[in-house]
Amino acid sequence: MSIELIVVLLVAPLVGFLINGLFGKWLKGSEKLSGWIGALAVLVSLVCSIIVFASLHGGAAPFDETLYEWITGESFAFNIGFHVDALTAVMLLVITGVGFLIHVYSIGYMHGDEGYTRYFAYLNLFVFAMLILVLGNNYLMMFVGWEGVGLCSYLLIGFWYDKQSATDAGKKAFIMNRIGDFGFLLGMFTLFAAFGTLDFGTIFDAAEADNFQKVFGASTLVIATLLLFVGAIGKSAQIPLYVWLPDAMEGPTPVSALIHAATMVTAGVYMIARSAVLYEIAHTGQVVAWIGVLTAFFAATIALTQNDIKRILAYSTVSQLGYMFVGVGVGAYASGIFHLVTHAFFKGLMFLTAGSVMHAMANELDMRKMGGLKSKMPITHWTFLVGALAIAGFPFLSGFWSKDEILHSAWGSSPIIYGIGLVTAFLTAFYMFRLIFVTFYGESRVDSEVASHLHESPPVMWVPLAILAIPSALIGLLLGWGGHDSWFHHFTKSVFPDAHHDASGNVIVFMVISSVVGLAGIAFAWRRYSKRVPSDEPTGALHRLLTNKYYVDEVYNTLIVQPVKNGSQFLLWKLVDNGIIDGIVNGVAALIRFVGGLLRRLQTGLVQAYIISMVLGIVLFLAYYLFFT
Amino acid sequence: MALEYYLVLSALLFTTGVIGVLIRRNAIIIFMCIELMLNAANLAFVAISRSLGEATGQVFVFFVMTVAAAEVAIGLAIIVSVFKHRQTINVDEVNSLKG
Repeated sequence: MSIELIVVLLVAPLVGFLINGLFGKWLKGSEKLSGWIGALAVLVSLVCSIIVFASLHGGAAPFDETLYEWITGESFAFNIGFHVDALTAVMLLVITGVGFLIHVYSIGYMHGDEGYTRYFAYLNLFVFAMLILVLGNNYLMMFVGWEGVGLCSYLLIGFWYDKQSATDAGKKAFIMNRIGDFGFLLGMFTLFAAFGTLDFGTIFDAAEADNFQKVFGASTLVIATLLLFVGAIGKSAQIPLYVWLPDAMEGPTPVSALIHAATMVTAGVYMIARSAVLYEIAHTGQVVAWIGVLTAFFAATIALTQNDIKRILAYSTVSQLGYMFVGVGVGAYASGIFHLVTHAFFKGLMFLTAGSVMHAMANELDMRKMGGLKSKMPITHWTFLVGALAIAGFPFLSGFWSKDEILHSAWGSSPIIYGIGLVTAFLTAFYMFRLIFVTFYGESRVDSEVASHLHESPPVMWVPLAILAIPSALIGLLLGWGGHDSWFHHFTKSVFPDAHHDASGNVIVFMVISSVVGLAGIAFAWRRYSKRVPSDEPTGALHRLLTNKYYVDEVYNTLIVQPVKNGSQFLLWKLVDNGIIDGIVNGVAALIRFVGGLLRRLQTGLVQAYIISMVLGIVLFLAYYLFFT
Repeated sequence: MALEYYLVLSALLFTTGVIGVLIRRNAIIIFMCIELMLNAANLAFVAISRSLGEATGQVFVFFVMTVAAAEVAIGLAIIVSVFKHRQTINVDEVNSLKG
């Protein structure tokens, strides 16, 4: 592994972005070319990632090298440097692998769109930023990537910028992320104040050293890790900042698959896994785990009653991210990252199939207007089924392995967390199969006009679906066989501190319980929704509460948005801006005008008046020199 | 003759010129008064030059006369053009620069 390889890996999507971004106008004539340039750029990264992975798997030592010094001062230096270990390699494969398939899929999905080249430019820029985030060897580079993906997320959510709801959703996501990023920034400041550097290696070594706690006290690390976690809450859509993610579904569907399911939203999980040493010392993992499990449960209950297929998937993503935080929170870092990997595949797959349905249904998202799509769109149906079985924890499919590992580790940490997680697993299976039964089975409720051009998607779309379905089904078995002795755990062992939280109890028992719960959820959904359509009107108080998503948006609106708006309008705008700031500026101008008015009188326009003043002046000077010096 | 006589004459001529510039309104007259002031200065130059027995002052006079000639050419041109525009050379009526 050499630094050149890493640079090529990183820069390829940037080149794609520059080509599509700068020369998009000339590429507009040939859509396909523009799309394939974007996909090719990511393919280059994918190939490099595979080489990196192979060399690490072959036993190469983790790679840590500085490319160049970025910012230097008297007492600090920030470098552009890369750290590549097993964790990075896993993330690289997920980003470029899923990313490449989604680029290819987008070539078909975005066909005929006004902003085709702009779309691929943004998408490549996103991959570039995400790669910076995972490749950096210090918190500053991670932050650069962190902000970069946030920007691309904003641009892509508001991609159809002539739609009011899309631009609103973009702004909402951006502002919510800003709150989180503020926490991340403060966390970085805290770390810098304590360690004088932001390099991972230096910080982790110093934190583990004995004298650190004596010098700074444990509270420094507690504050730093909690502030960093605030950043993760924003980026990874956890309580209380999760509300932007469901709205982010306004963007194109492949964007939801890539950014808002597979990669960007998992950045928080990656960050905590990367900072595992700090969380171990500070013992703040419990906070992470509790926020995670509450989010998992909360989001899953909302997903029960939604009728918009992309929104169900969005709440499901929030819920699954909660699981990942439970994993990294209870110290099972490898399990959390493992779930990140499997989730990236099956959730990416499900979003893409949802996009395929939308493509066929003229952008209809309400599943009450679908039904019976199985016969019309067999590939879409089968691939979605694979994804749903995987997420529901059907035995031996991906989600079964990763979710079970997390739950197993959670049991060792706190049985309550395990219990809530298990209930959430049941809810997950239920809402996913509710979605499947209502959408793909039963009577067709499609409008006759839409039904006439109902068709399976073109190959450029279904081939990526089929390819993604394979890892979605099998990756858990391949990487996760053997639980805590699995290949994945061995591969990532060197990265994480020793997981001393390893759960007790027989693994087989936990697996059986999880499977039964998942199957029960599926069966329950079949009983309730195989013949019936969700009712239009909520049937009770609880149902109404869930349909309205616990009124969280409304509460935020009343408690935060409106006061800020009013404060801005009356205090900041009318009083401070119009009154004080404009008052000062206009006051200065008025004063100068007044003084000018006085001085103006000197200019009489009479030449002789000027001459008299000149002569008088000369006479006075002469008198002075003659009589006083 | 003593130097003082020349200098007194020169001062008288200069003062006449200054007063003329200050009190007259006709641009041509003002112009002539300026010439008077220049020549008063010339007279002082020549007188002092002679009294010191040195030629420098006389050389200055030639310079002043040259400059005065150029000034007359330009000044008269300005007065003609002002008259063309305003049909007057009364300086009180030419007051566009009034603030």
